[in-house]
Amino acid sequence: MADDSGRRPAGKAPLVEIRGVTKSFDAVRALQGVDLTIEEGTVTALLGDNGAGKSTLVRCLTGVHSPDDGEILFRGETIKLGSPDDARHLGIETVFQDLGLIEDLQVWQNLYLNRELTRGFVPIRVLDKKQMIANSATILADLDVNVPNVRATVRRMSGGQRQSVAIARAANWGTTLVIMDEPTAALGVRETAAVEKLIGRLRSNGVTVLLVSHDMDQVMRVADSAWVLRRGRTAANRKMADTTGDELVGLITGAIAGDAGA
Amino acid sequence: MTATTEAKAERDTARPSLSIGAAARFAAPIGLVIVFVIFFIATPNFLTVANLTDLLVSASILMVLAMGQQLVISVAGIDLSVGSNLPWAAATLGFAYTNGANLAVAMLLALVAGGLVGLLNGLLVARLGMTDFIVTLGSLSVVSGATLLLTGGNTVAVSSPFMQGLALDGVGPVRWFWLVAIVAALLTAFLLFKTKTGTHLLATGGNLEAARGTGINVARTRMLAYVLSGLACGVAGILLVARTGGADPSLQTDLLLSSIAAVVLGGSSLFGGRASVLGSAVGAVLLTSLINGFTLIGISQNYQPVAVGVVVLGAAFISRFQK
Repeated sequence: MADDSGRRPAGKAPLVEIRGVTKSFDAVRALQGVDLTIEEGTVTALLGDNGAGKSTLVRCLTGVHSPDDGEILFRGETIKLGSPDDARHLGIETVFQDLGLIEDLQVWQNLYLNRELTRGFVPIRVLDKKQMIANSATILADLDVNVPNVRATVRRMSGGQRQSVAIARAANWGTTLVIMDEPTAALGVRETAAVEKLIGRLRSNGVTVLLVSHDMDQVMRVADSAWVLRRGRTAANRKMADTTGDELVGLITGAIAGDAGA
Repeated sequence: MTATTEAKAERDTARPSLSIGAAARFAAPIGLVIVFVIFFIATPNFLTVANLTDLLVSASILMVLAMGQQLVISVAGIDLSVGSNLPWAAATLGFAYTNGANLAVAMLLALVAGGLVGLLNGLLVARLGMTDFIVTLGSLSVVSGATLLLTGGNTVAVSSPFMQGLALDGVGPVRWFWLVAIVAALLTAFLLFKTKTGTHLLATGGNLEAARGTGINVARTRMLAYVLSGLACGVAGILLVARTGGADPSLQTDLLLSSIAAVVLGGSSLFGGRASVLGSAVGAVLLTSLINGFTLIGISQNYQPVAVGVVVLGAAFISRFQK
């Protein structure tokens, strides 16, 4: 499957295709040839035990690390991600576990951080606060994110609200791919449900999501397909319709032998 | 003076009612009222037009310094070099002027001298990742030595009608010193609360990694704060020369602590990410009032550092409750 996709017409190429990517840190071989495909408009889960290479792979996709070998294709074309800026230019946004929000800034300031709207003429350009506040309210309303006031500081928000703001920010700017690193790890039951609903809404809005998660039930609920990494290699690829949580756990731990090539 | 921008920034962050946290946020205005009441009761000479005019003139230098310090503290840094950068800028002005430079050129050189020290601090802190506290403590010493070398340790007299006019005149009742301080405060408030760069300063101070994550050039942002603090020292140095009629290389080191104290009293977080320009301005006036009142009552000069220190410790104590 991975091999013939490059020959598909450009419009049909998967959004992201990773081929034989390796990455070592001194003696540690974090990635030893990973293949993975993310289809446009789907929620793809990335699974694996601690140390399987999930984080390293995500960092390769976001331009934090560059792979030692192998290639990353974006819409069928090979790309080099030298820095997080490169990834951002392609519309790849990441919600890391620490969320990357500034507590003392207000919600709208966080949503527009480093993408501020300004008005006036060079060299004196003034922040267009009204516009940003109005847009922020719309962005959050469109995703049905429940934040009482976009002018409240993030410091006063619950974990779920923060997660939602961070995801909304990524979704708003990450027009092609939003990567989420265990988005519900720190959340309670009700907040987890809200975030899962949010992921569902992103998909119906046509946003592609790569979801790193340890929660098999969650993956079964929200993902379309899953890729399992084991010891730096791709172990398996499953469509959610054709698998069970138990099988995925087996693939992660190695109780079930992997069947993905390479 | 900066009420509009401040009020907006304040309104949303200051909601947690009249707790001790609110007391911390408004420490400077509350303290100012208390100090005014006490000195008003203690001496009839305090609340007079002449004394208040004088008080605000001497507060101007501190206010300009506090604006620079405010920017550095916004990015979660601290600028200890202010203590020697101020006399350094003043000495540069005096040195250039007494060696035949045009006054305008000498003043420009003072700004450059102050800005250069800021640039040096910024490079070491932001580019090389050295600890702000150590870097500026080091440059505090280096620059004070450089000042002594430049002047041979002697006071440089600058007698110029322009400088005298700057110190003594103004527009109607408004003194030039006040105008300089007000402009400095307005520019700082504009930068912090009305521009992209200001948001980036606060973001960098609030959470360095998160700011970097959104693509903000955090090194450049932090460097800018130090350079502007250096420039503030240059401006303050010019005011100092005007006020004292020369540059005394050993003078005014207590302004370092006062500049930090003004910012802390003003309600800014020493951990960065939160700024209040109006608060810092009021803090500067408060500290100057304290010294002014002490002098009027005739309390020994030696108690002044004690009083300033106690106020700073008190502000630091109260800010523990500010969350």
